[in-house]
Formats: sequence, structure tokens, C-alpha cells
Amino acid sequence: MNERISREDVAHVARLACLSLTDVELDAFTNQLADILEHAADLDALDLETVEPTAHPLPLINVFRDDKPGEAVDREKFLASAPEVENNQFKVPPALGEHS
Amino acid sequence: MTVQETVLAIQKGEMKAQEVLESHLKTIQDREEEINAFNLVMTEEAIKEAEKIDSLVAEGKNPGPLTGIPVAVKDNICTQGIPTTCSSNILAGWLPPYDATIVERLRDAGAVIVGKTNLDEFAMGASTENSAFGPTRNPLDTTRVPGGSSGGSAAAVAAGFTPLAIGSDTGGSIRQPAALCGVVGVKPTYGRVSRYGLVAFASSLDQIGPFAETVADAALLLEVISGHDPLDTTSIPEPPLDLSSALTQGVEGLRIGVIDELSGGAIEGISDDVLACLEKAVEALTSAGAIVERTSVPSTVYGLSAYYVIAPAEASSNLARYDGVRFGPRVDAKTTSEMMVATRTAGFGDEVKRRIMLGTYALSAGYYDAYYGKSQKVRTLIMNDFAAAYEKFDLLLSPTAPTTAFPLGDKTEDPLQMYLQDICTISSNLAGHPAMSVPFGQGTDGLPVGIQVLAPATDEHTMFRAGAILEASNQGQS
Repeated sequence: MNERISREDVAHVARLACLSLTDVELDAFTNQLADILEHAADLDALDLETVEPTAHPLPLINVFRDDKPGEAVDREKFLASAPEVENNQFKVPPALGEHS
Repeated sequence: MTVQETVLAIQKGEMKAQEVLESHLKTIQDREEEINAFNLVMTEEAIKEAEKIDSLVAEGKNPGPLTGIPVAVKDNICTQGIPTTCSSNILAGWLPPYDATIVERLRDAGAVIVGKTNLDEFAMGASTENSAFGPTRNPLDTTRVPGGSSGGSAAAVAAGFTPLAIGSDTGGSIRQPAALCGVVGVKPTYGRVSRYGLVAFASSLDQIGPFAETVADAALLLEVISGHDPLDTTSIPEPPLDLSSALTQGVEGLRIGVIDELSGGAIEGISDDVLACLEKAVEALTSAGAIVERTSVPSTVYGLSAYYVIAPAEASSNLARYDGVRFGPRVDAKTTSEMMVATRTAGFGDEVKRRIMLGTYALSAGYYDAYYGKSQKVRTLIMNDFAAAYEKFDLLLSPTAPTTAFPLGDKTEDPLQMYLQDICTISSNLAGHPAMSVPFGQGTDGLPVGIQVLAPATDEHTMFRAGAILEASNQGQS
């Protein structure tokens, strides 16, 4: 199917997924992901040209609730789960001006 | 005593819910340290619930079809104000602001929730070893795993901690641990049971279902938790199931296909003793009047590969929400993005990281068509093959798991070997179909084997007819 996934690919994917890996972890994950993807290469044997993809097992579409006012969620209760809150808002460290 | 007998005894005032609870709490006290089925035993809450049930009965009221029955709930299902951890450090200390729909339905039915059960972190695993709370052990042999990911729920029922338990099944996470622990486990049709309040792993595959000691008890629990829920847009708009008539109907004239690929055919690694039990199950169903033949569902061979692209892809998206902003613990850092990386890196275990990265890779530019797109097409093939098989057969049959319970640590170093535990169960999730595991016979090691009954979408009723016959035949032999 493709070339075996490289250490650099895994490092890139970890960055995309907001995970930081040690060198030892990077080696281990690279081997494991390569094995798993190699197993998935058995799909190459199939002719899928004319097959439609399935994203979901149910034919349900456009499910709407009744347009009736219901109970609103309790803001206090949801904010209570957050690590840091100020003025009814989730608070985070500086986000602007940082270098990515 | 069956669950139904206990319910009647409590309703008639012959027993008290508090006594039933006490005897189960005693069993938990005796063996929980060794088994580790629970992340949390809710002793105080359960005692209060049982007292409430007893006073309702004393007032002449009927608390419901599960009056006073202790139930264990997998710890990826939200319980308001009670820790719900998914066995992950990233949810340490989090208290859900609401109850899952099934938790409300259990309480409305008079059940007493006794605790939250251990699982592989975020339901990713087949052994309940990937847990921030340590592994659960198989009550039948504590050197072995209980299976997973709902290993805590399966072990709770097998150890007699609770007669009923709730699990979730994304690729086999109810059926495989049921098989390894010698109990009944059911994955209903996708959409049959509300997922509202189930912490999402792979949303197009996840489904909640029951564990029980007997087929009848599993049917009763499924009746209680099934039925339409407006809070879950993927919920099937039908009333709760009524399975009572299925239990006595028998299988006379039913056409049952044994999936060739999973019974010594194309897929290797299914052990001989498991296949021998399958043969005996075929004999049992045949002598009960079913017409049983081998049949091919060719694309099941590709189910595992498709699943281990689709499920991680959905997981990588679902688990993006754990970023240290809105809930759960935070690892402080100078900037928001550093905080997110530090929080996720500290909070997730290795298997969860592996799947997030696998899914992120499968969805990334340049690889999407090769992996995710292809897997979605294979999903169509599997659904087509099942549809063709169900033109000729009412039900399908296979082993539930390729082996009996394996030793702790046996597969933790090799993720692919662990994934192969799901080889028989995965296709039902990809198709959205119901399937159940019923204990049937033993392996050469004396540990239980599970036989899987598969049915087309929404036909749980016919599935339970075969399940009841397998159970009766198995009990007749032992």
C-alpha cells in the first residue's frame, strides 16, 4: 500500500495530535504503528473502485427535536468541572503571540 | 435465584432490597481486592437507593421491573456527581454534570447502582490491563485476564458481585469479556440503546449493552435500557424491546449459518478447543430443530483491518476534547498550546496515544484515501455480505473469541496480537448489527468458551431464541 511509516511521520502525527513523545516512545510507537498499518495493507487485495463508502450503519438523516423550549443547562454545574474559570468563562494560559 | 425471581420476592415483601444489597456487598468485600472489578464501589449511595426501594414496596408501590437488583455500570457511562473516569488519568477528579439516559432508566426500573466498573482506558483494549486503576483479574482464574474492554463488568457478574452489569461494545468489548468470564453479554443493534452520557470512543460503532448470568436476565436488562431517546440523534425511533416470548419460543425451523471464515476457514488463530465447542453448539441447535449450514461472509476477513482504521480515526477526533480547558486535570504551562500538549501527554496512557496517532495518521492529507476511505468502502462490503447471508439465513453463528482467557501480560507488548482478540466480533459493529455471546462448553484449560449468535439489524428477538436454546443445552451438559 505505502512505504512503512517512518519515525519522522510518527513525530509529525504526534505533533498534530498534541502529544509529546520521548525518543524511546517514538521508536516503540513507530514499530507498533508500522505493524498495524502493514496488517491493514491486506485491503489492497480488494477492488473497491465502484464501492460506495459507509460512514454510519443507520439510514437516519436530519433528526430534529421538537421545537419546544426545554430546560437550559446549568452554567455553574458545567463550569465547576473546569480547571480554571473567571467571570463565567474558561480560563487558559496566554494563547496569542505564542510561537508554534 | 434469577433476577426475575428476586424482583418478585422483593415486590411481595418476602425479601428486602437492603438484604439483597448487603449480601452482594459482602461478596464484593470478600473478593474485590483480588479481582479489582470496580473503580468505585458506591456503598453509601447504594444503601440509600435500596432503602428507598424498600419503602416504596412498603407503601404498596411497584418500583419497576428491576426492583432492588444491584447493577454495576461501566466507568465510561456518566453518573451525575459521581466520578466517571474511563479508567484514564485525564478524567481524574471529574464529576459529570448529568446522568446518562441508561442510568436514569436503571433507576426508574428500581435497580440499585452499586459501582463503576474498570475498563481498558476509554474502552480501548481486549484485556482490561490498559487501566489507570490497574488490571482486573478473571474471577475464574486470577492469573488470567477477564477480557476487555468491559472486563470489570464481566468480572463483576462472574464473581457474583452483581447479578447484572452494563458494558459498552465498540469492537467486541461486551461479547469478548462475557466469553472469557463465562457470562452472557449482548451488543444490541446500533441505536437500540441510547448513547447519551456514554463517553464517546468511536461514535459510529459504540453501543451499550447488558451482562448477566443468564440469557433471561440479559433480556430483562436489555428491555429496561432499550427504546428511543430524543437526546441521542442516532437512537432508533422504536419502543423498548419485548423479549419475553423469545425465551421459550425455541429454534424450530430457524435457518442458522455458521460463518465459515470464523470457524476454521480463512481466518487463522481460532483455537481447536473453541472450534470443538462451536461444533457442539451446532449439534445443540440442530437437535432443537434449527437448520444449520456453513456459509461464507467473505469480507469478514477484512473487518479487523477496516476497524483498526475507522475506530482510531473516530477516536482521534472524539478525544481531541481532552485538552485541559473545560474538564479534567490540567498540567500548567506558559502557553495554551504547551498546556494542551503537557496535559494530554500526562493524561493518556500508551494504548490511547497509539490509537489517537493511528487515527490522526489515517485521516491526514495524503493517507486519507489509502486508509480511511478504503476502510469505509470495506464497511460497505461487509454490510453487503451480511445482507446476502441474511437472505438465506435468519441468524449467523461463530465463536465469540479466538481463545479462552489468556494470562495477564501475555499480549501487552504486542498491540496487534491484542487486536486479533476482536476478530470474530468486529464485523457486527461495522454493520451495526446485534450479536450476543452465550457460554457454551469449556476449553482444554477448563475455562469457559463463548458462542456468538449474530442477527440482522433490529432482530434481537430471534437472536435471543437461539441464545436461550444454547444456554439450556449447555446447562444440560454440565
